[in-house]
Amino acid sequence: MNALTSASPETTAGRPPGPPAPQFHIPNFEGPLDLLLHLIRAHEVEISDIPIAEITQQYLAYMEMWEALDLTIAGEYVVIAATLIEIKSRMLLPQAPAVVGEDGEEEDPRAELVARLREYQIYKGTVETLRAWEELRRELFFRGALENADDYILPVPAGEANVQQLFQALNRLLAEAGVEDKPITSVTPRRRLSLRMKMAEIVRKLTHAGPEGMGFESLFVLPCPRYDIVLTFLALLELLRMQRVRADQTKLLEPIKVTLIPELQEGSPR
Amino acid sequence: MTEAALECLLFIAGEPVALADLARALQSEEAEVEVALRSLQAGLTERGSGLQLLRIAGGWQLATRPEYAEVIGRLLTRGGSKLSRAAMETLAIIAYRQPITAPEMEAVRGVSVGSVLKTLLERKLIAEAGRKATLGRPMQYETTTDFLHYFGIAELAQLPTLEADAVPAAPVPAEVITDGRPLPEPPDA
Repeated sequence: MNALTSASPETTAGRPPGPPAPQFHIPNFEGPLDLLLHLIRAHEVEISDIPIAEITQQYLAYMEMWEALDLTIAGEYVVIAATLIEIKSRMLLPQAPAVVGEDGEEEDPRAELVARLREYQIYKGTVETLRAWEELRRELFFRGALENADDYILPVPAGEANVQQLFQALNRLLAEAGVEDKPITSVTPRRRLSLRMKMAEIVRKLTHAGPEGMGFESLFVLPCPRYDIVLTFLALLELLRMQRVRADQTKLLEPIKVTLIPELQEGSPR
Repeated sequence: MTEAALECLLFIAGEPVALADLARALQSEEAEVEVALRSLQAGLTERGSGLQLLRIAGGWQLATRPEYAEVIGRLLTRGGSKLSRAAMETLAIIAYRQPITAPEMEAVRGVSVGSVLKTLLERKLIAEAGRKATLGRPMQYETTTDFLHYFGIAELAQLPTLEADAVPAAPVPAEVITDGRPLPEPPDA
C-alpha cells in the first residue's frame, strides 16, 4: 500500500532546470475501500446509492493513472476492481433471474460491497478522534520509571497473575519439596505420565472444585518428585495458554487462585 | 496528610498507579483515597503547578501540563513518531473488536495488515491474545495498557461509540485538557 504514496522516481528525475515542475497531487489512499469512499463522497451520494457505472469508470481511471506513473498496484485494488465490474455487469441485466434472493425480493447486487464500505467507514470515522487524542497526549510528559532503583520494586498491579508471579510460586514449591538433597547417584525412574494426562487431572480437580477454584499450591500433592511438580506446572501453563483456566491473585503476596473457565460456545460474541 | 502522601507515591511511581495500590499503601479505603486524589488534582491546578494529576491507563499518574510542552521540547529531544494512518485504522478496528485476528482486520480494511501489526506490536500498543479456535488457529490481538496511555484515556469505555454514517466529532479525552477538573465518570466506571 505504501507504493501508492510516492511518485515513481522517473516522474521527477532528469527534469531540465527551469520553471518549477508541475505539481501532481496523488491522493494517498489506505486501500481500495478508501479510494471508493473518496469517489462516492465526490459524487455526494449515499453509500447505498452508488452510481456504479461512473464509480467503476473513475476507479479504473485511478488504476490507469497509477499504471502510467509506474506505481505498483496492490493486488487488493485489482480484487475490488473485479468486484465493481461484476456488479456493473449484473446491474446491466435487469431481468436476470439469478438476482432474486431467498425471500423472493430482488437483491441489490451492490449490497455486499455497500455493507463492507459502511463497516470500513465506521472505523475510519473513529480515526479522527484517536488522532486528536494522540495530538493532545503528545503535549504531556511523564516521569519514566526510576533508574537504579533496585531498592524499590513497584508492586505488580492487582488482578490477574502473570508468568513471573507463577514462576515465583513454583520456586517456592520446589524449595519446599526439598528435592535437592538427594544423593547424586540416585536414579530417577522414567514415569509414564504425560502432559496431556496431567492437564486432564488438573481440569478434573478444578471441575470438582467448582467456581471457587483451588489454590495454586493445592494443585501440587506434596511431597512428590520434582518431575511431578514441573509437569503440573507445565500443564497449568498450557491450560492457561489454551484459556481453559485462569489464575488470579487479588492482592500482592496472596495465594494465587486457579479456576476453570467455562467452555465458551463457538461463535459467541466477544 | 493523605494528599501529600499521595503526591509522594505518584512522584516516585514511573507509571500509572491503580487506586487499589494507592489505598493499600496509605492503609485507607479506596473511596477515601479517591476523594483525596480529586482534591490533590484540584490543588495542583489552584496553585498553578506545572504538573497535573491524570486518571490514565487504569490508574493515576502525574503529568506535565500541555502548555509547557514547548518549553520541554526545547530541553528534551522528542522521540517516537506519530502513528501512520494505516496503523491508526488498524488500531481502531482492534480496539473495538478485540480480540480479533489479522484476517478479520483485513476483511474490514480491504488491505493486508501484516507490517502494520508488526509496528503496533513493537510499540506495545497491541499484544497477542491467544489463538482463535477456528481453522488454522489464527493469532488474535488485543489492545494493551500502553494503548490507553498512548491516547491519554483511562479505560476502553471512553472510546467514542461507533456510529454508522456519521463521522463522530472528537470529544476530549477525559481530564487531559480539563485543567484537572474532574469530569463525570463514564457510566460503567
